[in-house]
Amino acid sequence: MGKPSDLVQGTLDLLILKTLLLEAMHGWAIAKRIQQLSGDVLQVQQGSLYPALHRLEQQGWIKARWAESETGRQAKFYSLTTAGRAQLDKETANWNRLSSAINLIVSEAG
Amino acid sequence: MRWHHQLRMKLLMLFRRGHASALLDDEIRDHLERQIVENRAAGMSADEARYAALRTFGNPALLRDQARATWSWSVLESVMRDMRVAARTLVRTPGFTVIAILVMALGIGANIALFTVVRSVLLKPLPFRDPDRLVALREGDSHNKNFQDFLPVDAGSFNEWQLATRNRAEMAMVSPWQDYNVSGEGGKLPERVRGAWCSWNFFSVLGVTPALGRNFTEQDDSPNAAAAVILSNATWMRRYNGDPAIIGKTIWLNARPYTVIGVMSPSFVFSSSFGGNNLQIWTPVRHEAPPWLLTTFADHEFIVVAHLLHGTTLPMVLDQLNALQKHIQRSQTSGSVHDRAMGRSMLDDAVETYKTPLYAMLAVTACVLLIACMNVAGLLAARSAARRKELAIRTALGGGRWRLMCERLIESLLLSAAGGLLGLLLAWVGLQLLVHARADMNRIEAIRFDSVVASFTIAVIAFSAIFSGVIAALNPGGRDILSALQEASRTHSEGIARIGVRRLLLTLQVGLTVVLLVGASLLLKSYQRLRSSDIGVPVDNVLTMKLNLPLIRYKKPVQQVAFFEQLIDQVRTIPGVQAAGLVSTAPGEGWNGDQLMSVTEHPPMPPKEMPDIQVRGADPGYFAAIQLPLLRGRVFTSDERLERANVALVNQTAARILFGMEDPIGKHLKTQFGETYQIIGLVGDTRWDVSLPPGPTLYWPIYGNGYSSGTIIVRSTNHVEALALPVQRVVAQLDSDLPVADVMTLRQAIRKSIVDSEFDSLLVLSFAMIALVLAAAGLYGVLAYMVTQRTTEIGIRIALGAGRNQVLQLVLADGLRPALIGLLLGLAGSFATVHYIESILYQTKALDPAVFAEVAALLLAVAALACMLPAWRASRLDPMQALRTE
Repeated sequence: MGKPSDLVQGTLDLLILKTLLLEAMHGWAIAKRIQQLSGDVLQVQQGSLYPALHRLEQQGWIKARWAESETGRQAKFYSLTTAGRAQLDKETANWNRLSSAINLIVSEAG
Repeated sequence: MRWHHQLRMKLLMLFRRGHASALLDDEIRDHLERQIVENRAAGMSADEARYAALRTFGNPALLRDQARATWSWSVLESVMRDMRVAARTLVRTPGFTVIAILVMALGIGANIALFTVVRSVLLKPLPFRDPDRLVALREGDSHNKNFQDFLPVDAGSFNEWQLATRNRAEMAMVSPWQDYNVSGEGGKLPERVRGAWCSWNFFSVLGVTPALGRNFTEQDDSPNAAAAVILSNATWMRRYNGDPAIIGKTIWLNARPYTVIGVMSPSFVFSSSFGGNNLQIWTPVRHEAPPWLLTTFADHEFIVVAHLLHGTTLPMVLDQLNALQKHIQRSQTSGSVHDRAMGRSMLDDAVETYKTPLYAMLAVTACVLLIACMNVAGLLAARSAARRKELAIRTALGGGRWRLMCERLIESLLLSAAGGLLGLLLAWVGLQLLVHARADMNRIEAIRFDSVVASFTIAVIAFSAIFSGVIAALNPGGRDILSALQEASRTHSEGIARIGVRRLLLTLQVGLTVVLLVGASLLLKSYQRLRSSDIGVPVDNVLTMKLNLPLIRYKKPVQQVAFFEQLIDQVRTIPGVQAAGLVSTAPGEGWNGDQLMSVTEHPPMPPKEMPDIQVRGADPGYFAAIQLPLLRGRVFTSDERLERANVALVNQTAARILFGMEDPIGKHLKTQFGETYQIIGLVGDTRWDVSLPPGPTLYWPIYGNGYSSGTIIVRSTNHVEALALPVQRVVAQLDSDLPVADVMTLRQAIRKSIVDSEFDSLLVLSFAMIALVLAAAGLYGVLAYMVTQRTTEIGIRIALGAGRNQVLQLVLADGLRPALIGLLLGLAGSFATVHYIESILYQTKALDPAVFAEVAALLLAVAALACMLPAWRASRLDPMQALRTE
């Protein structure tokens, strides 16, 4: 319950950081973006984004700012911090190592 | 930069938590609304759009909680919430809460108080420089079987010791038994003060200096020096109003002028196993004591304190001194030279006698705390049993077992903390009473709360909280949620297992209570024996007071005797005085002095085998006044005085030791100083200490034989206290500068000497009674609860034809079983532990079968009483009513 289905555990952080690399976004937009970019393969349960966002914010990898959104209402915009960028690099490298290792095993077996 | 960001977030989360929470709600609402708008745009109806949005989002409330859980301080938050919930739950049941807090307060308070005493009195180092290296040295005598341990030291041995160990230790001697009359201070009443003779280096060995003025110097400590005195702070404050100009002034001690050279600090208290904690003045011994006393090996008047130099240990010093002492004993002819040196740390010397009672008492209070915790645990368990359904529902709804456990723990933590605070207050009050009641106790002045006591308090509270919380939470039935929920429709009897924890607690509680009761009964029996022990004379309506004639004004024995005779004659004429007499020391008021004696009619014996006889001076009227029975012969005549004072009476014990079956009358005794006394009478035995058997005692005329001090004995038919003032007035008329001291009745004096026994027994008894009440309440509570739970079952039994008596027996057996098992456990436990207190019992065996039987009977009676009411109520159940009760 509450965990993103079909999503490798721990990769949600990576996805959020990656999504925020280009521009500051609010929660709904992040959810939409992840869904779109993955070609609807990754079905993130939208709500589970929020515990993740708040955790990242507590850890100082992203920061938040309240600003007027495109609808004219106040929304909480998240953006990467410097530490967040470094963390993204680290997690990307990790991910690459992990996925290529898995690829290697899977293709070998096939 | 990242830590800076994190810190900001932490502070924000701590101080603006409510704000952040509101923002989170906004954020989630915004998200949902956007999704709804999008769904509407895709053509859904309003309701459909809403449901779809919620579906893709998940449970908003849960997700909000999860988001909040990522914030800093969330543990603190949940603890605070649990505390609020627990506090509310407790406030809803004030009866339970108050009882639980009071029980905890008693248990914790007793422990704090006792711990404070043990720490302050037994453990805290003495407030001197280098307390670890300070030792008290004594002598021992392997020949004398009655008093072989830690005897005072003679100055002769001290001189040799000091010389032999000068490279290993600094030694000083002190004689804390030297009273002085303070007088001649224009307008101020004369007063008897407790004084000590000490060698000049006494204070420097302890590492203390006077707060005001200077210490003694070697020059002060000689026969020809100017007389000098150092005052205690209390005396300076009381008698001289704390006037700093006292330094250099002259005060009159025993009618001689002394210069005050110093005042000690308020914190300076010297205590030893021979007292000393009430000393008011110090004087240099070589100036005060008669020269023969400063070299003799036969008169033991001193306590030796030593500061061991680095690299020296007590056993090293004792080995050396023991060899030396054996040598001294061989080279001396007198029989009263001791043959052993003994020593212990100064702290042990001061508090050795309190160790057994205090540690025993600490064990008692620990038992009381355990019982209190079990009681509270029992109450908590009963409550959680009553809340089983609520807890089961919460578990079914996803409440974590750990969270529920936490709540239980926090509940017991709140109870313990409240109990602990109340207990701290109780402990404080108790300690004030103790300090007031036991001023005689060594180191009582050191008792105070400090950081160690504070840590102890916190530890005890934590222990109580965890102990009672965990025991209460060990609810074996808690696991099967389903059965708890199914019980919803009908209340039927709880499984025996569910009550099992409480039953086990009860058994242990009863066991501990039995141990306490046995200990308390033993102490009480011992105290009663002590109280009713016969000191040899009737103690009621006897008034005693002491006075001491200053030798400077009463130079010649004839003057002293004339004063005493005149005084006693006048006292006898006071209306209400039935009889009056004069004695050196009254029975029950302590050791007076002793001499080695031999019978001149018997073949001569070596000094070491001569019997040691206590010696008292008495006037002719003393024996009638104190009502000491004259068994044979006669008492002194009024002209057996001064040069004609060589007559004596002996008591039965002395007659037996000295003469066996022979008739003592007419025989002669010779002292070690060569004087001879004819025995003219035989009197009954008296005790010098109420807790010790009568010693061999000899009485010779106080008029003569060198007495310049004595105790006036006044007997009256009633209200003898009222005679204190008239007698003092007579003294003042004869000599307005002569103080009287220690004015008290014989009964008060005896009570004072057994106050520690009284105190210990009453304290332990009250703890045991508390334990008994708690155990009885626990028994009653468990049984009453069981009966309520089994109402339906009992109703069915009665409806099916069970007799009232059968039901009564059924329930009684249920309650008495844990009591019986507990009783057996407790008796076994007592059997194993009572020997620890054997040393403080007087004429009472630790394994006294009567005490064990009494305790067993008392416990069974109380248990039966506690069980009777619920059992009776069960047997009176109306089956129709019981079956309808839902």
